[in-house]
Amino acid sequence: MVYRHQWIVIASGVVEPVLYLFGIGLGIGGLVGGVQLADGRFVSYAAYVGPALLASAAMNGAVFETIFNVFFKLNYAKTYEGILATPMGITEIALGEMLWALMRAALYAVAMLVIMAAMGLILSPLAILALPAALFISAAFSAAGLAGTSYLRTVQDFDIPMGLIVQPMFLFSGTFFPITAYPLPIQVFMHLTPLYHAVNLIRGLMTGILGWGQAWDFAYLAAFFVVFMWLATRQMERKLIK
Amino acid sequence: MPAASDALVRARSLTKRFNAFTAVDGIDFEVPAGGSFGFLGPNGAGKTSTMRMIACASPVTSGELRVIGMDPRTDAREIKARLGVVPQIDNLDQELTVRENLEMYARYFDIPAAVARQRASELLEFVQLAERAKDQVEPLSGGMKRRLTIARALINEPELVILDEPTTGLDPQARHLLWERLYQLKRRGATLIITTHYMDEAEQLCDRLVVMDKARIVAEGSPRQLIDQYSTREVLELRLPDADRGRRNGQLDGLADRIEELPDRTLLYTDDGERALDAVHARQIPVESALVRRSSLEDVFLRLTGRTLVE
Ligand SMILES: Nc1ncnc2c1ncn2[C@@H]1O[C@H](COP(=O)(O)OP(=O)(O)OP(=O)(O)O)[C@@H](O)[C@H]1O
Ligand SMILES: [Mg+2]
Repeated sequence: MVYRHQWIVIASGVVEPVLYLFGIGLGIGGLVGGVQLADGRFVSYAAYVGPALLASAAMNGAVFETIFNVFFKLNYAKTYEGILATPMGITEIALGEMLWALMRAALYAVAMLVIMAAMGLILSPLAILALPAALFISAAFSAAGLAGTSYLRTVQDFDIPMGLIVQPMFLFSGTFFPITAYPLPIQVFMHLTPLYHAVNLIRGLMTGILGWGQAWDFAYLAAFFVVFMWLATRQMERKLIK
Repeated sequence: MPAASDALVRARSLTKRFNAFTAVDGIDFEVPAGGSFGFLGPNGAGKTSTMRMIACASPVTSGELRVIGMDPRTDAREIKARLGVVPQIDNLDQELTVRENLEMYARYFDIPAAVARQRASELLEFVQLAERAKDQVEPLSGGMKRRLTIARALINEPELVILDEPTTGLDPQARHLLWERLYQLKRRGATLIITTHYMDEAEQLCDRLVVMDKARIVAEGSPRQLIDQYSTREVLELRLPDADRGRRNGQLDGLADRIEELPDRTLLYTDDGERALDAVHARQIPVESALVRRSSLEDVFLRLTGRTLVE
């Protein structure tokens, strides 16, 4: 499904994590020196935070793409009614929208990987797997975005997912600091968020740690995808088929 | 092609409810293959609800519905592949150009890109939008959007085309163009289902039609049959001076088979309008203007529903 897209928006999605990488990665990196990984290795702060920024970019792209774009089409444009008059069904519509999010995620991931490689921040050949992982993460968050957008009533409602879910997750998912820096109750909460698992998965791949932790992240995100995909198609069906 | 009967669409006790509200109340009809079949009825009669069920866009609440020999409940995909749908409200993709709307739609039907390009060009010619092919959809006039929607409905070369008020909002010239196109379509062997508020359109386009009112079918037949059955050959339309309103009780009695009082005129149903008019003059009833015309579907409609068709 080819739609004209606002390239400015997409480009800003590439620029944002890069800015964070330079600003925070190098800035805080100068202060804290290095970070100790799960396997005991010390890595530069930029190499630590970079993968998390990549995972967050995949999330942001997916959520923006689905929530804003789909909200309008679901509620104001009658585009989906037109598509449903063809052999296409709700599931295809949902997957079609998701495809956009995936393309965005792929772009972000490639850009980040290239920049990080140029800065010497890639510590393992496994990093190449960060690309499919980013697509996978993007799919999971698009499903959540699709499900979420079908519950929103007005444009003002957008503040709820953005301000209360996406933004806090960005701050509290072990993005910037190892989660062991936080008190235990917050650690437990972080373990429950999908972004934590996305960050952990990508960070593992880019620093060369691949273990049960990453398998668990993968399983969590797969389950997350399935549940929200089910919810999204059910909600869209309720909205579109009367 | 359907196996059992040659009906392309067959409904038995077809019912659509929205919560407690019944929009379509156990209707029966058969749309024969070939030709065009009309649904006539006032606002809220249930025409769109019926169209949407046939187009597999709205689940059947109860009753039986077969479309091209298949069941919308289980074979929606296959049915929709062979259907063209012109919805009451245009749902073109505003982000795309005129041509892209057609080519994108073709993709949903799995039509190869080269074929889609070819068909899009032909269809744009067909609805006289070729010179707007590269324009965005958004700023097109209402009538142009309507024509594009019709072109889009034909992209899969459907054997059954459902048109929900195809000409509402079109100027007379565009309407006549469209009638001519629909006629061509019919000649190529497509079956058309059309809803409309315009009786002249129904008379022009429909080989058979049903009249719906309040969720039910109240009459069925060819336009000619319906007129013969429910109206007289001619109608005398009188405009009487306002001052006489309410005072002419009984004045016109016996001058026609049936008399219908509308807010702005009085209709006398009779087989000989001129004679009735002479009789009106003979009774020295003051008349502002008088017109004798042939009966139309409008009169059938008035008789059946007590309302005029065009609001
Ligand atoms: N989604 C819906 N939810 C609730 N009621 C509905 C819905 N769609 C239609 N209705 C109701 O069903 C009735 C029939 O509507 P429908 O659109 O089928 O009429 P129609 O004959 O097409 O009228 P019109 O000539 O105005 O297009 C109306 O009373 C309408 O309010
Ligand atoms: Mg309608």
